Amino acid sequence: MIVIDGDAPPATLESAAVPEIATMNMVEALNSALDVMLARDPDVLIFGEDVGYFGGVFRVTNGLQKRHGLQRCFDAPISEGGIIATAIGMGAYGLRPVPEIQFADYILPAFDQLVSEAARLRYRSNGEFWAPITVRSPYGGGIFGGQTHSQSPEAIFAHITGLKTVIPSNPYDAKGLLIAAIECDDPVIFLEPKRLYNGPFDGRHDQAVKSWAGHEAAEVPTGHYSIPLGSAAIVREGEAATVLAYGTMVHVALAGIADSGIDAELIDLRSIVPLDIETIIESVRKTGRCLILHEASRFGGFGGELSALVQERCFYELEAPVRRVAGYDTPYPHAFEWDYFPGPARLAAALVDLIRD
Amino acid sequence: MTNRPKLQLHIPEPLTRPGEAVDFGGLVIPPAGSVDRPAIDAPECDLRHLPYQLIRALDDDGRAIGPWKPAASPLQLMRGLRAMMLTRAFDERLFRAHRQGKTSFYMKSTGEEALGAAPSLVLDRGDMCFPTYRVLSWLMARGYPLIDLVNQIFSNAKDPLKGRQLPILYSARGYGFYSLSGNVGSRFGHAVGWAMASAYKQDDKIALAYIGEGTTAEGDFHEALTFASVYRAPVILCVTNNQWAISSFAGIAGANETTFAAKALAYGIPGLRVDGNDFLAVWSATEWAAERARTNQGATLIEFFTYRASGHSTSDDPTKYRPADEPNHWPLGDPVDRLKQHLMTEGAWDEDRHLLLSVELDAEVKTAVREAEAVGTLGKSKPPIAEMFEGVFAKSDWRLIEQRLEAGILP
Repeated sequence: MIVIDGDAPPATLESAAVPEIATMNMVEALNSALDVMLARDPDVLIFGEDVGYFGGVFRVTNGLQKRHGLQRCFDAPISEGGIIATAIGMGAYGLRPVPEIQFADYILPAFDQLVSEAARLRYRSNGEFWAPITVRSPYGGGIFGGQTHSQSPEAIFAHITGLKTVIPSNPYDAKGLLIAAIECDDPVIFLEPKRLYNGPFDGRHDQAVKSWAGHEAAEVPTGHYSIPLGSAAIVREGEAATVLAYGTMVHVALAGIADSGIDAELIDLRSIVPLDIETIIESVRKTGRCLILHEASRFGGFGGELSALVQERCFYELEAPVRRVAGYDTPYPHAFEWDYFPGPARLAAALVDLIRD
Repeated sequence: MTNRPKLQLHIPEPLTRPGEAVDFGGLVIPPAGSVDRPAIDAPECDLRHLPYQLIRALDDDGRAIGPWKPAASPLQLMRGLRAMMLTRAFDERLFRAHRQGKTSFYMKSTGEEALGAAPSLVLDRGDMCFPTYRVLSWLMARGYPLIDLVNQIFSNAKDPLKGRQLPILYSARGYGFYSLSGNVGSRFGHAVGWAMASAYKQDDKIALAYIGEGTTAEGDFHEALTFASVYRAPVILCVTNNQWAISSFAGIAGANETTFAAKALAYGIPGLRVDGNDFLAVWSATEWAAERARTNQGATLIEFFTYRASGHSTSDDPTKYRPADEPNHWPLGDPVDRLKQHLMTEGAWDEDRHLLLSVELDAEVKTAVREAEAVGTLGKSKPPIAEMFEGVFAKSDWRLIEQRLEAGILP
């Protein structure tokens, strides 16, 4: 399901000299997606807190202002509501803005703009106006960021009809999905698992930090390609159970499955809206068991929706109740990060229980 | 406790309440023509007195005087008069249609008709207005089909917004009229973004946005002003200070402490305070701000000082919180009467023509309402149910396709 556009012109003269495939971490892959889109489409522009000259607190927009000019990538006031309102107005004019919200924890001042405006504009105006904006925001924990730099708010966006919510788990997907999001005519919330920026993280926090080097998903085409929104990836095939995950939890799930010794199938949803329901259902019908893993707190989390969908569509194939492994229903705690974080051990234990059920 | 004075919490209250004699207190109304009109390239530091003035062009005898007298031709002014009168005729009839059970909701703009009509005629076709729900006169000035308005209000089979939106929350892109919403203030920043996009594309289009004085308390207002100021956006930001936000008087939004135009000072942009019932002053102030915007001098904040003569909406009864006859005592008069008087003073208009036009407009509205009634009033006719599922996304995902079927709609 990967669309590679071989005819795309090289992004810049500089990049014409580099090989077609390069090893990138997720920051570099996202930067490459933005670079490619700035070069291809003069209606694409980027703004947000610290994204201009400095290149963003996580370096995702590093060098873009220098390469594409001040007006294509610039700093915004510390005003999340203002950033999104401005982006919607630009979108209504005909641009494709890609605003950044520095941390997903800080997106809430813009919530009214996303819910009452971006998500509704096309519907309420009968297609006269729409907001083709892509809101990038780092999210999730595992970096000792405490409760204001660690949250996973995806479920509150998934609940808003009219918004799309995309969450990549590796550099290759990050670039392809971000390009698809920018090219999409609907507003997209693009959540970047910040713990994955520099390397895959499987939740084993006491082990040495890994980089993306050597990971097959770190081999990223330097040009234009996109991955359709709403296409899940089967990361590991298996027969005994289906594990649904996205973002950092894809890597945690792989580790947990290995630890459990259970032949589970792992699906990386990649976008929760649109949701690839067919891939999910096909897998659960085959395995008869389903476990959902997410970092966000459990109650009212996206796992609840997934669980309901699986139950509604696979009830007669299910051998056991659907299980959820998720963050506890507390605010994200600082000192207790690794007690809160649903790591591979919790997943492995739940998988063993799921098979026993 | 120390021997310091006891602190006192101040809760602003209007001067008069129902049953009391109307009193607009110390409202200072400077004579028409008394405010200077700085050059459009005057630096902001030379404009800081303007937020505390009241720009007026029409004097008590209907003569246009002073530096803010616009160069508008009598024909242009007659178009403005027609738009205001049509708005009023339409409001009267559709308000009644609500009382007759033909729709669920209506909002009138009585007394505020100049605020939409004049800017609508001043700005170009390609410019974009980000309206509030009380600037119907913008559409009237541009000849938006009445039948489409009534069909929208009736949410019937020919509703241009397909039954998805509350009555009067129009959208009319072809008329430079952005999609309305019931959430007040949330489009103020869109105007700034739209204007920034125009500048980014090196286009020549500008934006104009309205917000109520009550809504200036929302973050949206201050966020929009911040962005407009920082990026020098080609936008005109208008506060329609009609004295009332449902039942809260303007003092609850801070009017007792300063003017709304003066909010511009902290953002370093010009702030004009304009008699909103003076069509000529509204025209002229809009022209001044538009010229600044078009010459890369950035945003202007305009406070239109006016009065909401009607209730907030069909769900409101203003006699519960303000003297019933307060609208009749508004010291700045009525915008329709004042423009009529001016055109008569100029010899371009007379009572007979006014009456004739009034009859003609009533008939026009009546015809549109009849035509829309023939399609159906609320509940008697509606767009196909399939429309409920359209337009959520550019292309529906499986949820909407499945739910359409669930609702009994065959593909």
